[in-house]
Amino acid sequence: MMNEFNFKKPLLGLVTGAAIMASTALATAQETIKVGILHSLSGTMAISETTLKDAMLMLIAEQNKKGGLLGKKLEAVVVDPASNWPLFAEKARELLAQKKVAAVFGNWTSVSRKSVLPVFEELNGLLFYPVQYEGEESSKNVFYTGAAPNQQAIPAVDYLMREEKVKRWVLAGTDYVYPRTTNKILEAYLIAKGVKKEDIMINYTPFGHSDWQTIVSNIKKFGSAGKKTAVVSTINGDANVPFYKELANKGIKAEDIPVVAFSVGEEELAGLDTKPLVGHLAAWNYFQSVESPVNAKFIKTWKAFIKNDKRVTNDPMEAHFIGFNMWVKAVQKAGTTDPDKVGAAIIGVSVPNLSGGHSTMLPNHHITKPVLIGEVQADGQFEIVFSTAGLVAGDAWSDYLPKSKDLISDWRAPLSCGNFNVKTGKCGGTGK
Amino acid sequence: MKTPKNILCLGLLFLIGLMASSPVTTAFAQDFSTLVDGLNQKSFSKKIKAVEVIAASGHERVVPVLTALSENRLYFRRHDKKIFIVKSSDSGFALTDAVTGEGAGEAPKATFKKIRTNNRLRRTIRATLGGLTLLSKDDAIRLNAAKSVFKSGDQGALATLEKALKAEKSDEIKQAMLDARAAIIIKSDADEAAKITAIQHLHKVGGADVMSMLSPLASDKNPKIAQAANTAIKEIKDRQALWNGVQNAIYGLSLGSVLLLAAIGLAITFGVMGVINMAHGEMVMIGAYSTYIVQDLIRTSAPGLFEYSLFIALPVAFMIAGAIGIAMERGIIRFLYGRPLETLLATWGISLVLQQAVRTIFGPNNQKVGTPSWMSGSVELGEVAITLNRLYIILFALAVFAALYIIIRQTTFGLQMRAVVQNRQMAGSMGIRTKWVDALTFGVGSGIAGIAGVALSQIDNVSPNLGQAYIVDSFMVVVFGGVGNLWGTLVGAFSLGIANKFLEPYAGAVLGKIFVLVFIILFIQKRPRGLFALKGRAVET
Repeated sequence: MMNEFNFKKPLLGLVTGAAIMASTALATAQETIKVGILHSLSGTMAISETTLKDAMLMLIAEQNKKGGLLGKKLEAVVVDPASNWPLFAEKARELLAQKKVAAVFGNWTSVSRKSVLPVFEELNGLLFYPVQYEGEESSKNVFYTGAAPNQQAIPAVDYLMREEKVKRWVLAGTDYVYPRTTNKILEAYLIAKGVKKEDIMINYTPFGHSDWQTIVSNIKKFGSAGKKTAVVSTINGDANVPFYKELANKGIKAEDIPVVAFSVGEEELAGLDTKPLVGHLAAWNYFQSVESPVNAKFIKTWKAFIKNDKRVTNDPMEAHFIGFNMWVKAVQKAGTTDPDKVGAAIIGVSVPNLSGGHSTMLPNHHITKPVLIGEVQADGQFEIVFSTAGLVAGDAWSDYLPKSKDLISDWRAPLSCGNFNVKTGKCGGTGK
Repeated sequence: MKTPKNILCLGLLFLIGLMASSPVTTAFAQDFSTLVDGLNQKSFSKKIKAVEVIAASGHERVVPVLTALSENRLYFRRHDKKIFIVKSSDSGFALTDAVTGEGAGEAPKATFKKIRTNNRLRRTIRATLGGLTLLSKDDAIRLNAAKSVFKSGDQGALATLEKALKAEKSDEIKQAMLDARAAIIIKSDADEAAKITAIQHLHKVGGADVMSMLSPLASDKNPKIAQAANTAIKEIKDRQALWNGVQNAIYGLSLGSVLLLAAIGLAITFGVMGVINMAHGEMVMIGAYSTYIVQDLIRTSAPGLFEYSLFIALPVAFMIAGAIGIAMERGIIRFLYGRPLETLLATWGISLVLQQAVRTIFGPNNQKVGTPSWMSGSVELGEVAITLNRLYIILFALAVFAALYIIIRQTTFGLQMRAVVQNRQMAGSMGIRTKWVDALTFGVGSGIAGIAGVALSQIDNVSPNLGQAYIVDSFMVVVFGGVGNLWGTLVGAFSLGIANKFLEPYAGAVLGKIFVLVFIILFIQKRPRGLFALKGRAVET
């Protein structure tokens, strides 16, 4: 009986202590709602996507200051898919299956979105996609807070036809699904408006392309046939930098051959010498130079958060602002973060946008946005030269492509279909 | 008694006349002020009309006001809407009254709002100013005016142009004015003979702008005019096709020089040691980042040296890349000789480490590397525009090649290197320290890659992934041109560049590269050692 060491007490203490620690760990784990951020922080798209990650961190911090969501704090989970499209799918799976995030805010290129789409549909996650895209898609699990072609590409072409009397068109894009599909839509639109096929020049380059000598030279030649010529650019990522540099070096001024870009905003201009680019255009639904009290407050909060007065705001940031606030409102309405319930609650939700108006989530998972056309200024900001009188509702299926003009998307019950053919009355068109 | 009455009437009339005329002169000044206020409207179409009215007024302040507007320097004061020409100063804006031209002191920027312009408005102003400044005393302004009238074909400028032509002394400006007159005449309703003379004049001028002007005339109702225009257009097109070929050749040389710079270091290391160095692209990237660091230092401590920043960056990049190369060789690669697959893997791993190291130190985003002013812009050779930075890169690549050639042919180190390439065993028996030759060769090869990075920073984005874009091209050039052979690399690089550029107009950038790659694969089947294979009995396989 010499070893009658009473280890019951210390053992009990140990177990109780462990239990308390475990329960507090569990409790603190239950205290946060995880939000996934899926943006490239390296590679060719880092120039555009890094700032979106920072914007999301700011929005999450601001929401936590207001008390979080459903009484819990929001926790940001950031991953880096490195401009690698298959890695986007892997990282999406990691966010949904392992990290168990309630919603994901991410992606930029359409090829990255197409890569993650099967993952979100399989694991029933929610993706808020903030970037302008080519349409021809409407998924139950994706909310498209960026512009559809009828909210960006078509109004830009209309502006050039009306204001600059453009008769010849160069459609220059990076070689992947977004520029290819957008150019298909634009070509059909231009031909429908009476532009001849020989007055349209279409050209594709790989991501990161840096040798623009021949192409810019061809643009100059194409523009010297006596008719006013414009370039519609769907060039994405850092290939824009040598492209604009070559335009400047060859002396192509915006007054002679204007370039309207759909993927170049304040962030991309920050890495360029913008003096030779003054007058070139961009079409978006928001510019930092928009004058409204909401925007002034947003810019002030952003500069304080990022601790850098020189950082700029841009359209995809506004899309995340709208998307995040819509998600928060929908979760509060549904009382849960369950994707199906949030998906049902979010349709019809209306939140303020940064131009002083409101944005509403439509049944096709697109939102209403104003269309703005801006000219590049010497300081890298945009001067707004045109804005639509009201809001334009995003149209997922383009009316100018024969296979998609009969398709509509409506995710409300009982239709619950992303590609319903109104002519045949059946769900399941492809639009291709 | 009638005379005093007449004098009185006359006097009264005179007084009335006097009184009537002075409001006219003040009204004239007031009118101009109202016209200038007309620029501050929301609609761009209304602004364009206001510009046209101002130009027609003939007031002496028209040119300064319109020039300021086209340069986005015309602002209005928020509280009284008075319009000023502004210039940035330390405390805000230095103001000039738009209507009177007098200085109006300084004021903070927030009290003013810019009068917006867009492309169409600026184009209208440019055309208008062209017509207005033809009689300027300044040579440069007159030349610019003649050129912009040529571009716009503005009918209203014809009278001023004729006047300017009579007074013009300078040959160059006179020629520009004659071109401008021809451009106006073909758009006007002058008679057939005048139009045909104008077409023939423009025919001699040639160029893309002339093509734009003559194209609408090709379908003119008058058959003689249409024929003259068509002949001119056809001949200009033929000339353009010829210059197109020249352009493709020059752009091919430019692309080839980029390939040469990237590949020449690899040719040496691959040739001397048979080491497949997958980290070669990262040496180029490190050279580009060295340029960024040097420019950053210059920007903060000695801004006056910016024009020479590239020259300063060259030895810095060489040293840094060379040092890393020697470290790589001494630390890792020398243990893996004779094991090509392991070397491949090891150098691939080193490339990843280097990329991530740069990403961690500098961040994953692109860094801005500026171009010195003597390298910006382009130069016209016939009808081909060559950007200056690419021209200098071609010359630089050839200079690097020449320097390397001299080192290899004329120095002891070069001799030792050649000996080791041809027969390592024999060279060792002759007393050459092959291990040191290996290390130094690797250092030189990496150093050259660093120098290439300095040049490439001018035409490509400086990012941690820069190396990835050039590694495949470098290997293609080395394999095609012949391993270990400088001339092979030169010929290989330039021929691949030119082939790529001639394919690009037909097949596009993506397909062009694929065709070139397929061509090299087929070529290697026939000649496995490349274009300039090393000959000799004792050459190791």
